[in-house]
Amino acid sequence: MTAPIATAGNEPEAPAPAAPAKTIEGRSLGRIAWTRFKRDKVAVVGGIVVILLILLAVLAKPIESLFGLDPDALNQDLLDANLGGIPLGDWGGMSGDHLLGVDPLQGRDLLSRVIEGSWVSLLVAFGATLLSNTIGTVLGVMAGYYGGWVDNLISRIMDVFLAFPLLLFAIAISTSLQGGAFGLHGLPLHIMVLIFVIGFFNWPYMGRIVRGQTLSLREREFVHAARSLGARGPFILFKELLPNLVGPILVYSTLLIPTNILFEAGLSFLGVGIQPPQASWGGMLNDAIKYYQVDPQYMVVPGLAIFLTVLAFNLLGDGLRDALDPKSN
Amino acid sequence: MFAYIIRRIFAAVVLLLVVSAVTFAIFFLLPRIAGETADQLATQYVGKNPSPEAVAAVKQNLGLDQPLYTQYWNFLKGLVSGAEYKFGPDAATCHVPCFGYSFKNHLEVWPELTKRIPITLSLAIGAAVLWLVSGVTTGVVSALKPRSIFDRLAMGVALAGVSLPVFFTGALLLTVFSYEWPILDNLQYVDFTEDPLMWARNLILPWISLAFLYSALYARLTRAGMLETMSEDYIRTARAKGLVERKVVARHGLRAALTPIVTIFGMDLGLLLGGALITEQVFSLQGVGAFAVQAIADNDLPKILGVTLLAAFFIVVCNLVVDLLYALVDPRVRLS
Repeated sequence: MTAPIATAGNEPEAPAPAAPAKTIEGRSLGRIAWTRFKRDKVAVVGGIVVILLILLAVLAKPIESLFGLDPDALNQDLLDANLGGIPLGDWGGMSGDHLLGVDPLQGRDLLSRVIEGSWVSLLVAFGATLLSNTIGTVLGVMAGYYGGWVDNLISRIMDVFLAFPLLLFAIAISTSLQGGAFGLHGLPLHIMVLIFVIGFFNWPYMGRIVRGQTLSLREREFVHAARSLGARGPFILFKELLPNLVGPILVYSTLLIPTNILFEAGLSFLGVGIQPPQASWGGMLNDAIKYYQVDPQYMVVPGLAIFLTVLAFNLLGDGLRDALDPKSN
Repeated sequence: MFAYIIRRIFAAVVLLLVVSAVTFAIFFLLPRIAGETADQLATQYVGKNPSPEAVAAVKQNLGLDQPLYTQYWNFLKGLVSGAEYKFGPDAATCHVPCFGYSFKNHLEVWPELTKRIPITLSLAIGAAVLWLVSGVTTGVVSALKPRSIFDRLAMGVALAGVSLPVFFTGALLLTVFSYEWPILDNLQYVDFTEDPLMWARNLILPWISLAFLYSALYARLTRAGMLETMSEDYIRTARAKGLVERKVVARHGLRAALTPIVTIFGMDLGLLLGGALITEQVFSLQGVGAFAVQAIADNDLPKILGVTLLAAFFIVVCNLVVDLLYALVDPRVRLS
């Protein structure tokens, strides 16, 4: 009879030691999901990489100054003037000073440009995800809960949004606002416009998911109980329904972020997102594709940066979905 | 059934009208947000050293001085009965269906657009066939043997596929197959009617880079859908009544698992037909997407409007076709 006593000593909220060999422990849904998630090694690795990437993005400027990296410094001495300015040496000019090489024509350090690109990329992706999820969640919950004409109206609005050629619109809008709008200019304007364009046109996907979930939650007993106790619409919406929607919202946010990273990179690749000289991954690829015959190593650097970031978010998102989905085992 | 079809078509037309009105409003409002006046807008269509008369003529021709609803109404009228731009020295006629007239290079938008459609159509259809076949097959095989070596390998590749941007895979393919190891060099679009073999040869790299992304997506979706369907009770019933496994999978499992895939396919194909902007850019294809990018770079509003509406048209029509196909296959749809 030693084992149960030891367990009881470790966990004060466990049942009395008088209980037979096995102690019973109540596990919340979040706890179960967390245990499941920890077991999924691939997802954990994805999660760790995501945390590191966020740290890198947040600390991009301090890291650059700490290691003496300057994304805009020109190094003409590292370029071969006779060959039209491609980097000297093997592998795109890799060296101890420039671990990932330098770019053609200007000789800027690629490592610092990748680091510099990370914060832009993540800021736009997070901002756009936040925007579309806020709109999508609020309208989705309302459509699902109130039903009737509210649902009809919101669903039709979603149909209209889904019928828009999103990429084309994004390009057109970001181009016409490039000169200046809302009292903003330059980089802050470009970031704002990207967040708005990507976020504002992407919300119906989230809206549909939340609406569907709300529809099934609405008829559950705890909602009926709240209503019979006299709770009003907004209280039920935000205090009863929303906490139960956190799971799916979290999962689809994690899966929407990589999509938005790809979207931002695509816009910058087309030359309408982040504008040079500010470094961005899509912009670097746009530049690199011009040199694919003389300096093919160049495009591998931003390409892999995008790939690894998106992959890490996808791994994390897949893991979270499996962990939070009661149907999976 | 007939009533259902009529209702769906009517809804699609209304949707198109709403989309076109909103598009119109956005492009009407955008220059104002950026702080441009009607005169400034008109000036950019006149060329260097604009005379006030020429600017005024363009302004009148494009109706830039009129309120939004008049402009929109004139646009709709142009679609069905053509338009006359009769002011100034650059008088022009725009034939039915008039999607607008570009005063920058004095061309009607619609004939310019129709020239580009075959290129984008070839790109989208070819890639779609590739990704449907490879994606759905991979997904089904993976789902039938979950956690097998094939499943793990395929899902690993699929995860990489959805994480790779098209412009990176495209650029890599281009580097490897048309430069380092030039078996597919000098890529130039050749019309199918001219030389089907050259048509396919020159489109194979764009097809693969587009299809890789989508087949990864479809493989993941199909696998998830199949896994869910195959654990349903009616599958057990089908097995219990002694049906051959092949029939259980094909008739009962796949049929149910494929419905959501068909919906997504309709949306994806519709989006692509309106211009595969990035892929066309990477492979220098002069399709609808390249037209759009060029129009936007030139800030040529009539062209941008025309191509946006064409893209919206493709999306709405593809969704309509999917809806009608559902109604044919599934009687529950048309009754509800």
